[in-house]
Amino acid sequence: MDRLRSAGSLLPLMALVAITTPLILLYGWLPLAAFADEVRGLRPSGLTLDNFRELFQPVAGGSLAEASVRSLLLACGYSLLLLAAALPAAYALSRLPMPGRRAVLAALLALHAFPFLSLLVGVYQVLRELGLYNSLLGVALVKTATEVPLAVWVMKGFFDRIPWELEAAVLVDGGTRWLAFRRVCLPQARPGILALLTFAFVSGWNEFLLPYIFLPSQQQWTLPLFVRSLIADYRFVDYGVVAAASLVYVAPPLLLFWAGQKYLLQTYALSGGVRAAR
Amino acid sequence: MLLPCLALVVPFLLVPALMTVHLSTTNMSLATLGNTQFVGLDNYARLLERPELPRIAVNTVVFVVPNLVLFSLALPLAVAALTTVWNRSVGRFARLLWLLPRLTPSVVYSLLWVWLTADAPFGTLNQLAEVIGLQPRNWLLEHPWLTIVAADGLIGTSFATVLFVAAMEAVPRELVMAAQVDGASRWQLLLHVVLPYIRWPVLFVSAYQFLSLLASFELILLLTNGGPGLWQTETWSLYAYHQAFSYYAGGLQIGYGAAIATVLVLAGLVASLLFLRLFDFRRLAGEPRLKVA
Repeated sequence: MDRLRSAGSLLPLMALVAITTPLILLYGWLPLAAFADEVRGLRPSGLTLDNFRELFQPVAGGSLAEASVRSLLLACGYSLLLLAAALPAAYALSRLPMPGRRAVLAALLALHAFPFLSLLVGVYQVLRELGLYNSLLGVALVKTATEVPLAVWVMKGFFDRIPWELEAAVLVDGGTRWLAFRRVCLPQARPGILALLTFAFVSGWNEFLLPYIFLPSQQQWTLPLFVRSLIADYRFVDYGVVAAASLVYVAPPLLLFWAGQKYLLQTYALSGGVRAAR
Repeated sequence: MLLPCLALVVPFLLVPALMTVHLSTTNMSLATLGNTQFVGLDNYARLLERPELPRIAVNTVVFVVPNLVLFSLALPLAVAALTTVWNRSVGRFARLLWLLPRLTPSVVYSLLWVWLTADAPFGTLNQLAEVIGLQPRNWLLEHPWLTIVAADGLIGTSFATVLFVAAMEAVPRELVMAAQVDGASRWQLLLHVVLPYIRWPVLFVSAYQFLSLLASFELILLLTNGGPGLWQTETWSLYAYHQAFSYYAGGLQIGYGAAIATVLVLAGLVASLLFLRLFDFRRLAGEPRLKVA
């Protein structure tokens, strides 16, 4: 009986290992290649730090450091813009009775589902008109606009769960709504705000397509464009250096996520619509 | 308090949508710069006459359908079930691994696939192929669709797994215990208790991923850029992008590109309105808690 049972639990385990193995084969290469002279498949030869040394040499195509600074600017700027736009709107939609509230919520949900990438041509024209083409600020603003509908919905969910009595106490004492928002709601919604900030940072840091299309000049390149330029011609590419650059590039989001995984995942699930869907 | 939000959504989402539709009725391109004219529906007529159109339509289906069905539904359901209904302890680690594709920047992610499928003796796939006695080959060039769908698909798997795991974890303990008391096997538990309970997240992922996939072209751009053969992996959204933004595809044909994109805009609009109908919006919106202003 015991043997039967262990066979029964072995099968699902093997299934899990089988479907997860490709992922390990895929990702295993990156750390190996970054620290090796040469890799064949997943077999490295010769441990070395040369790839990193070469990476930090100044090169014609702009340096890793400059690109990192711009990526950091984009990620931080975008995260702050997102908070500044989403928090007041979410609070208002959660708390204030106002005309057209439902229509706004419906519009935001539809915008979240709407495939933004079909609008690139129009966005390009708008950015040109506003003089924001080829500027980091333009990319940050566009990215914020695409993500703000979801952010409002998620934060509204957090505000909805804050007991109204806390706020009422502020109002009864003669405080304003603004005071209640700042003193009661924001601190109470802190886990949600932190999670939103983390997701926004990672997403801004990773963003490739918007800078690729809207930041044509090399002086404006962010990290993904820099890494891309190292790979662009695959015939002459030094995979060791590219792997080293990639490792430097993926480290911040992965570390950030790993550090806060448990509580981030709950929020991620909320934001992804599990809650919205029930 | 809605102002900051509207100040972003109006100029960067609503205006571009109208602009795209408007541009699609002009002949704007590098050649006609400063001298753009209204051409009515000419761009649409031109689109219909293009010999590559059927190819691009078929490509779009080849990209979206297996991606959605296999990688955004079947595989994540399997991973979620295998890490919650079964193997709970090992499952935690496996789930973290499955987060990776979604968290990896697309530039790095595409590089991982270029390496996986690289020529012998370097590529990992070819190393494995050698072990089991298969001919080595350049997988990306010889089987571009297989590579693209698998690569892009795993990102969808990564996204959907998190949602399905969270939904499966939220199944009330009483339901699970009641089923177990009745002697249900894990399979029966999965089929008759867990799956019916998570039908809403499943529906959400289907609808949302369908729309995203229709418009997404980032990974194709990075892996094959529509090649290696002429139009071989060009999807609808990539086609719009190439026509409007690429100097090589005929010199920034913004008007024509906008017409191709408008088809997507309309499809997206219809589908996202359906999406709203699908979910019980009235319950979601609720009433505001406060009557005091």
